[in-house]
Amino acid sequence: MDHYIMNLTLKVWRQKNNQSKGNFETYEVQGISSEMSFLEMMDVLNDRLIREGKDPIAFDHDCREGICGMCSMYINGRPHGPWHANTVCQLHMRAYHEGDVIVVEPWRAKAFPVVKDLIVDRSAFDRIIQAGGYISVNTGNAVDANSIPIEKDHADASFAAAACIGCGACVAACKNSSAMLFVSAKVSHLALLPQGAPERKSRVLNMIAQMDKEGFGSCTNTQACESVCPKEISMANIARLNSEFIGAGLSADK
Amino acid sequence: MLNSKIPAGPLEEKWSDYKGHVRLVNPSNKRKIEIIMVGTGLAGASAAASLGELGYQVKAFCFQDSPRRAHSIAAQGGINAAKNYQNDGDSVFRLFYDTVKGGDYRSRESNVHRLAEVSANIIDQCVAQGVPFAREYGGLLSNRSFGGTQVQRTFYAAGQTGQQLLIGAYQALERQVTLGNVKMYNRHEMQELVIIDGKARGIITRNLVTGELERFFGHAVVLCTGGYGNVFYLSTNAMGCNVTAAWKAHKKGAYFANPCFTQIHPTCIPVSGDYQSKLTLMSESLRNDGRIWVPKEKNDNRKPKDIPEADRDYYLERRYPAFGNLVPRDVASRAAKERCDAGYGVGTSKQAVYLDYADAIERYGRIECSKKGIENPTAEQINAHGRDVVKEKYGNLFDMYEKITGENPYEVPMRIYPAVHYTMGGLWVDYELMTTIQGLYCLGEANFSDHGANRLGASALMQGLADGYFVIPYTIGSYLADDIRTKAIPTDHPAFAEAEKSVADRLQQLKNIKGNQPVESFHKRLGKIMWDKCGMARNEQGLQEAILEIQALKKEFWSDLKIPGDIKEMNPELDKACRVADFIELGELMCIDALNRRESCGGHFREEMQTEEGEAKRDDANFSFVSAWEYEGENKWELHKEELVFDVAKPSQRSYK
Repeated sequence: MDHYIMNLTLKVWRQKNNQSKGNFETYEVQGISSEMSFLEMMDVLNDRLIREGKDPIAFDHDCREGICGMCSMYINGRPHGPWHANTVCQLHMRAYHEGDVIVVEPWRAKAFPVVKDLIVDRSAFDRIIQAGGYISVNTGNAVDANSIPIEKDHADASFAAAACIGCGACVAACKNSSAMLFVSAKVSHLALLPQGAPERKSRVLNMIAQMDKEGFGSCTNTQACESVCPKEISMANIARLNSEFIGAGLSADK
Repeated sequence: MLNSKIPAGPLEEKWSDYKGHVRLVNPSNKRKIEIIMVGTGLAGASAAASLGELGYQVKAFCFQDSPRRAHSIAAQGGINAAKNYQNDGDSVFRLFYDTVKGGDYRSRESNVHRLAEVSANIIDQCVAQGVPFAREYGGLLSNRSFGGTQVQRTFYAAGQTGQQLLIGAYQALERQVTLGNVKMYNRHEMQELVIIDGKARGIITRNLVTGELERFFGHAVVLCTGGYGNVFYLSTNAMGCNVTAAWKAHKKGAYFANPCFTQIHPTCIPVSGDYQSKLTLMSESLRNDGRIWVPKEKNDNRKPKDIPEADRDYYLERRYPAFGNLVPRDVASRAAKERCDAGYGVGTSKQAVYLDYADAIERYGRIECSKKGIENPTAEQINAHGRDVVKEKYGNLFDMYEKITGENPYEVPMRIYPAVHYTMGGLWVDYELMTTIQGLYCLGEANFSDHGANRLGASALMQGLADGYFVIPYTIGSYLADDIRTKAIPTDHPAFAEAEKSVADRLQQLKNIKGNQPVESFHKRLGKIMWDKCGMARNEQGLQEAILEIQALKKEFWSDLKIPGDIKEMNPELDKACRVADFIELGELMCIDALNRRESCGGHFREEMQTEEGEAKRDDANFSFVSAWEYEGENKWELHKEELVFDVAKPSQRSYK
């Protein structure tokens, strides 16, 4: 790969904390290598800001290999930036060219309040999992792992749903700030496995109730979530979620 | 005197005998006992969930925004278990033996045997939780091979095994949160350990959102805070991985064991520039099917495709015919370094070797064509079908490689180079996983116990979950049974106030430096010293230099550090400064340990001690012990030795030829 050096203009959302009002700040960044990751470009900018005695830009990040789900930037109107099936930590600067203007915002959703600058609070996702995103099996209760064969297609589909990293890009992309893709991924992951069957109905009802309580919007099938999901979680999971929900609502005793 | 509390009796009966006799805490007393869990990766989440299920009141802490982010999530390749589902001769004994041998005879036999015993339970537990492991068409679980073994005992979920296991443990943890048995504190970082009457009784944390210091009491404290590979700055660890919790405990009396034992993973994406913030692993599972090579001629600048078979040196297959590309990590890493140092490296930096999938694509392609009844398939057909198979097995890894390098690994061989990945050293623990501080436990990568001088692939996930699900729930009872009369100690106790004050003073001290250099620049320099002089190869002179350089760096850090912002607010630079300050001190101890261990073993390669063929040369007569370092004050440690006894796996020269 040929690499090149570029100069860019960044417009970044700055907000001191949850209480204060935020605004965009403009930064010129020079000498950015096309081989850097987007977050390394942010590191370069932050290093400069610190040396100039200014407050660096706070952003969430951890593994920097696209799996922990911590990074969360809304870049030029798209969660995680321009690349398909990608997290912002894996976005590399060869996606940009000399003179580009890049607008960076935090996830915007009522259920994800801003903590500082580009950092938001996604604990709503944890609370949705707490509402039922698990199989109730205590340590030590398990039978031999091969005692229940699982059809490979079901296991693969379950895995594909379980690949969700809980980053919240789906919510950020949705005009309704709906968390349906996230919830559907967990419901599908567990509903597709025989181990998940006993709690299938209560799980979906409880998780949906919590989702509503957190202030996430409804799904209107725009498919924005699927198109930005770094792990390519399919909209088919939302269809499964709806059918699980209706089925559970019609037949649950509770 | 170190007492490792290894139960008496034959090796294979120790654990069941221990379980049969260990003291228990009755359910009504468990409800009154509080346990602090620091870190919520595989070890921490599984332990918090299991202890919560038992009825203990657990408080769990992580510095990330959710326990689901812990770096266990990044483990790719798999988890070992002695299930012998493949009927290929595996057994508890063989897993035990491979692990002790792979660790170059520097681990504790009893712990490793216990690990092998519970390994099968882990797979059962995870499947019951809904972990979607890879399966065969018959619906049963699939396995693959990892380095240092000749059986297929690795369970996996594509290249995302760590993620799936962590999500399983995280869900079990969140369930206990719902049930009120676990209280979860996100974005909290432990800053100090509180000791009362010689027992660990609590922690001081910094709330990373508000910057406030907070006090928490526990009858016992369990550290599950992972490894310290980030001391090298560039590593495959997440950016936030740090040694702080373990280091605070160390300075309060917990011995630090084998700090110099670090694992350099052979297959990572090479460094591309000075701005680089981390290195990315390409799973060891890729060595199942990929072949590693360099050109036979130095400075061969032809494209890899244009280099014919006869001009390629598949050096692992050449040097180690019995294990080939699946030799253990330390051996594979050194062999790559040897070729690059000798001038055979590839790519612009010449610090890389090829990991090539062309043969695998062709082999799988032929099998698929035959399955599909395609007679005399064309090269294109073979290639297309072969790619599909490789994509299913390793697709996410190939995608990741392409995103980072901009090259398509289905077409061009990957360029790889070793990078810091895992730390076998950690807080010293006894058989019950208790440190040298009463009531302070340490699980997972943060302890030293199971991997000796080199960890085998797919064994970190196994150890984290073994410790959390199946060991600590038993062993902690042995201590807490004596503590049922202890009432919760109010956090206005002077010991809490004193600990909090020491943290507040230190934060103020850091903030008051008002120097010129950001934390990152110190961290980078520390990393360079460590990599150059305490990395893949070490020697006496280099280590002595490194110690002096680190001491000088420490002085500079405490006089020229620049931290923006305030203490009582969200301040990632301050968080980092606290961590780097501890890494600097740890770096010195690692060099001291490496200097002291005048032998080569596993990942610790002392250039002065090698065989004629360049392999690590152990010195069992003088170094068959665990180095446990006691902190005695600034730049001062005292060495304690735990002699290693091998009753069953008799040490021999490791050979993978």
